[in-house]
Amino acid sequence: MMAGVGGGNDFQWCFSQVKGAIDEDVAEADIISTVEFNCSGELLATGDKGGRVVIFQREQESKNRLLSRGEYNVYSTFQSHEPEFDYLKSLEIEEKINKIRWLPQQNAAHFLLSANDKTIKLWKISERDKRAEGYNLKDEDGRLRDQFRITTLRVPVLMPMDLMVEASPRRIFANAHTYHINSISVNSDYETYLSADDLRINLWHLEITDRSFNIVDIKPANMEELTEVITAAECHPHQCNVFVYSSSKGTIRLCDTRAAALCDRHSKFFEEPEDPSSRSFFSEIISSISDVKFSHSGRYMMTRDYLSVKVWDLNMENRPVETYQVHEYLRSKLCSLYENDCIFDKFECCWNGSDSAIMTGSYNNFFRMFDRNTRRDITLEASRENSKPRAMLKPRKVCTGGKRKKDEISVDSLDFNKKILHTAWHPKENVIAVAATNNLYIFQDKIN
Amino acid sequence: MSGGVEASTEEQQEMQDAVVSPEKTEEAKLKARYPHLGTKPGGSDLLRKRLQKGQKYFDSGDYNMAKAKMKNKQLPTAAAEKTEITGDHIPTPQDLPQRKQSLVASKLAV
Repeated sequence: MMAGVGGGNDFQWCFSQVKGAIDEDVAEADIISTVEFNCSGELLATGDKGGRVVIFQREQESKNRLLSRGEYNVYSTFQSHEPEFDYLKSLEIEEKINKIRWLPQQNAAHFLLSANDKTIKLWKISERDKRAEGYNLKDEDGRLRDQFRITTLRVPVLMPMDLMVEASPRRIFANAHTYHINSISVNSDYETYLSADDLRINLWHLEITDRSFNIVDIKPANMEELTEVITAAECHPHQCNVFVYSSSKGTIRLCDTRAAALCDRHSKFFEEPEDPSSRSFFSEIISSISDVKFSHSGRYMMTRDYLSVKVWDLNMENRPVETYQVHEYLRSKLCSLYENDCIFDKFECCWNGSDSAIMTGSYNNFFRMFDRNTRRDITLEASRENSKPRAMLKPRKVCTGGKRKKDEISVDSLDFNKKILHTAWHPKENVIAVAATNNLYIFQDKIN
Repeated sequence: MSGGVEASTEEQQEMQDAVVSPEKTEEAKLKARYPHLGTKPGGSDLLRKRLQKGQKYFDSGDYNMAKAKMKNKQLPTAAAEKTEITGDHIPTPQDLPQRKQSLVASKLAV
């Protein structure tokens, strides 16, 4: 079972880099909560529970290092959100970054949106490599010169300086969400974006911070009647009037903003029929969709529920076209997973650039990849033990019962504290970023 | 004789159920441990708990006290060396705890 996923037959995933501390005692603030490549793949952003954003930039490929692609090094880091206190509810508002989304690059600066539970911020990351020297009214230290001493006039000149990368908050979009923001998504019109919380979805204009349009509201008049919540939302990659949102009941609704100002009535409703005889206490919980992502082509979308990943054709609402089991062996462990709350873990999923492969995380620092064309799948592990430069990753296997083969790991030995919830795939190349608690792993394919 | 045959077919049925649906076995386990578990599991209680995630404090004073305690724990050991202000002496600026801790950079950015 060779690693032929995501590329041709000669394909192998190799370790490239790992970022973060090695210490056993992980500070809560260091737990990575989101990972996202920008549109070109040149930049890779992470957000953590401490409200900080770290952006890595890929170095230019040097002629000497032909065997590997450019490495990602720290480009900028800043404190995006701080903890706040909601006075009305006496609740703490966590500074944890729930999502980062990059805007498409339109000039020399880079822009990203970062969101915690309540507030979205637009950050501008820009480079400064020149400095003006030779001011008339102040000297090089910045102190004002004595006006009576100035006898000549000069034109300041721009001199090169060491590169400085500055991050500044350009917009703060606040006070529009009563519940916790789970998703943000930039629209293909590059002017608007949506933000979704448990019960509502708002549409914003990137330039306007003091108001937003509410486009979906599923809050019942009587909260006792609440049966489902919004779990994720995304704008269509090409059709700026289309977006989807998923629910805790395993359904996806596609909405068209041209149809009405309030999109409470969906245009399409995606749900896989369930066999009523197999229904159990856990059915609804494990059907809850934790992530929804459109394919780059815009023809398909992928949903992640607790045990599987499903690919849906937007033209077919009654069932997914592909279903991939991520860790089916956990079905016989649901009782303990409910007791330790793991059953509520929210795994994300992602497409590769060509939509031929999908990736999602699991437990024990395992992550899974599925090749849609060959139907092959592979389980890999993000581990410091396998972190020599360009070391090939060995496929991992979980043994479900009976005899455990060498190199296999039994279900009961899995570490459920080592969860890979966030992964990202470079938009064009076979480079992936995997967040394992407080460490960020970068893997690349081996160039043959 | 006949009782034995009946029992074994029941057992067989149970075994079949377990094989066919590991989920149902797990459900039975859970119900055995928590007999009072509600009949509508995905319903309002679970969802409402989800909507109200986040630690609740009595008021903003309680919140700021909790934050201060956490920050004091994270301060470097220099703070621990300072003697406690008991009210016996007039505190100097060096004695007072810092109002705002300097932000700690992410370890990913090292």
